[in-house]
Amino acid sequence: MEIFSFVKRVPSTTANVEIKDQQLDTSGCEFEINPYDLFAVEEGLRQKEAAGDGNVTSVSFGSDASQKDLRTTLAMGADAALLLRNDAADTADAATTAKVIAAAMDGRSFDLLLFGKQAVDRDQHGVGPGVATRLGIPCITEVISLTIDDGKVTAMREVEGATETITTSVPCAITCQKGLNEPRLASLKGIMAAKRKPLESIDTEMPAMALTVESTQPPDVRPAGRIVANAAELVDALRNEAKVL
Amino acid sequence: MSSVLVILETRSGELRSACLETVGAARTIADAKGCNVVALATETANIDAAVVGGAGADQLMIATADAHSADAAATTIARVAKEVGADVVLLSATVRGRDITPRVAALLDTGFAADCTAVDSNTMLFTRPICGGKAFNNVTVNGDVVVASLRPNFFASAGRDHTAEISEVASETALAQVVEVAAQSGGRPDVAESTIVVSGGRGMASPDNWNLIEAIADAIPGAGLGASRAVVDAGWRPHSEQVGQTGKTVSPELYIAIGISGAIQHLAGMRSSKVIVAINKDADAPIFKHATYGIVGDVFEVLPELAAELAK
Repeated sequence: MEIFSFVKRVPSTTANVEIKDQQLDTSGCEFEINPYDLFAVEEGLRQKEAAGDGNVTSVSFGSDASQKDLRTTLAMGADAALLLRNDAADTADAATTAKVIAAAMDGRSFDLLLFGKQAVDRDQHGVGPGVATRLGIPCITEVISLTIDDGKVTAMREVEGATETITTSVPCAITCQKGLNEPRLASLKGIMAAKRKPLESIDTEMPAMALTVESTQPPDVRPAGRIVANAAELVDALRNEAKVL
Repeated sequence: MSSVLVILETRSGELRSACLETVGAARTIADAKGCNVVALATETANIDAAVVGGAGADQLMIATADAHSADAAATTIARVAKEVGADVVLLSATVRGRDITPRVAALLDTGFAADCTAVDSNTMLFTRPICGGKAFNNVTVNGDVVVASLRPNFFASAGRDHTAEISEVASETALAQVVEVAAQSGGRPDVAESTIVVSGGRGMASPDNWNLIEAIADAIPGAGLGASRAVVDAGWRPHSEQVGQTGKTVSPELYIAIGISGAIQHLAGMRSSKVIVAINKDADAPIFKHATYGIVGDVFEVLPELAAELAK
């Protein structure tokens, strides 16, 4: 089974974000692999193990800073890594990123493309289904359970108040939701092995952006609240002051 | 011929009412442009033309598909968008809307603004949260067609008296099939759709104490259950309840945070709630800085009192 898992670097979820001159300023941020993309890497490794053969290639549309993240995925167990290199990649919206990745995958042979369900910086939920649509292959999003048997794909996902079971066949794209798996940590042996694994870097053109960010602002400041003495006072405030009960 | 195309969300043959807010937003944009609102259901469903017309639509198109595939829905939407000369396509930012929106944008070779909380109908400037709500971007879509999904609870139905004109449209074939839609048991609304959320964290000390949280939710009709990342990662509560940057983003009328300290990634997921209540024994917990009302106290003493007060 030929598997590609896509990763992106994002500001750490534990970090506050700064806004300077009405634009996001991440210069002081720690970065990490998008948490949902780690589910995509882990699922690639598990599906390869279940199939008994194949390759997992981790791919990032990123700047040279993403090489570190790709090494991490190699240490987890990916066989090879591919950097679609562009210095401005971090500024690309999901539709633009999908266009770049679809062009890079066109003509390559694969069974499974695995994505995080969203990147937790722009939160667009758009790359996986965008790539699949451009390649004309099926895509199942926000998957919490995935079985592939002889090319037949069965996935489950949660929608508001219900669980859906969806079937299709390879080649297909899957976007990964929390609950699909527990990503492994790289072992010392894995980290050593990763140094000898192939990491290819391809200079990649940036198409015209599909989205223009005109400005960025902090959330509205909430009006100061107050501490109430007990449950009775709280319920009174919710019923008669806030009128939400 | 110009129009605003708005997508109706249906499940198991029934209209999902949250999408009527999106129809209302479509009406506002169409009025600014001086054009029609075309509402499209991408599968057969029992839809009242007076409800959709009342929400803001002039026309109601219902596709002939009896399947629930996202890819077929997107292909149908892109085709109808061209047929009706849509320059704006709006969806609701539900799980299904999030799934379909990028596909429609790819088929129309345009961009999309996801999960928007506001739109200026004259400039088509969309406001949308990024980094889980830690900041907001104001964006414009570059392309012949503007595609956007709107976050539930931020827009309003037009609330007028009008019946939409119904027609039928052909649907497209599916690459992936939805073979089962099983309603989740428990009888409570999903946390992402609840107007009131009762959410618990580490301060509950043990999963065995969740009966205290459930008692509060039971005392408030329509309340859904939420949880912090810490208790989900510890296996105390299911992933489907997690609120925060790596869980669900919620904006209910009332959010009650119980034993939740208010880590930045949790705040990101619930800070747009209209009213926030924090109950925590640590007076310095960050959650109190964001709370409308707070009680500093032991949850094991406060919760039974609160349940009793709510029952009065």
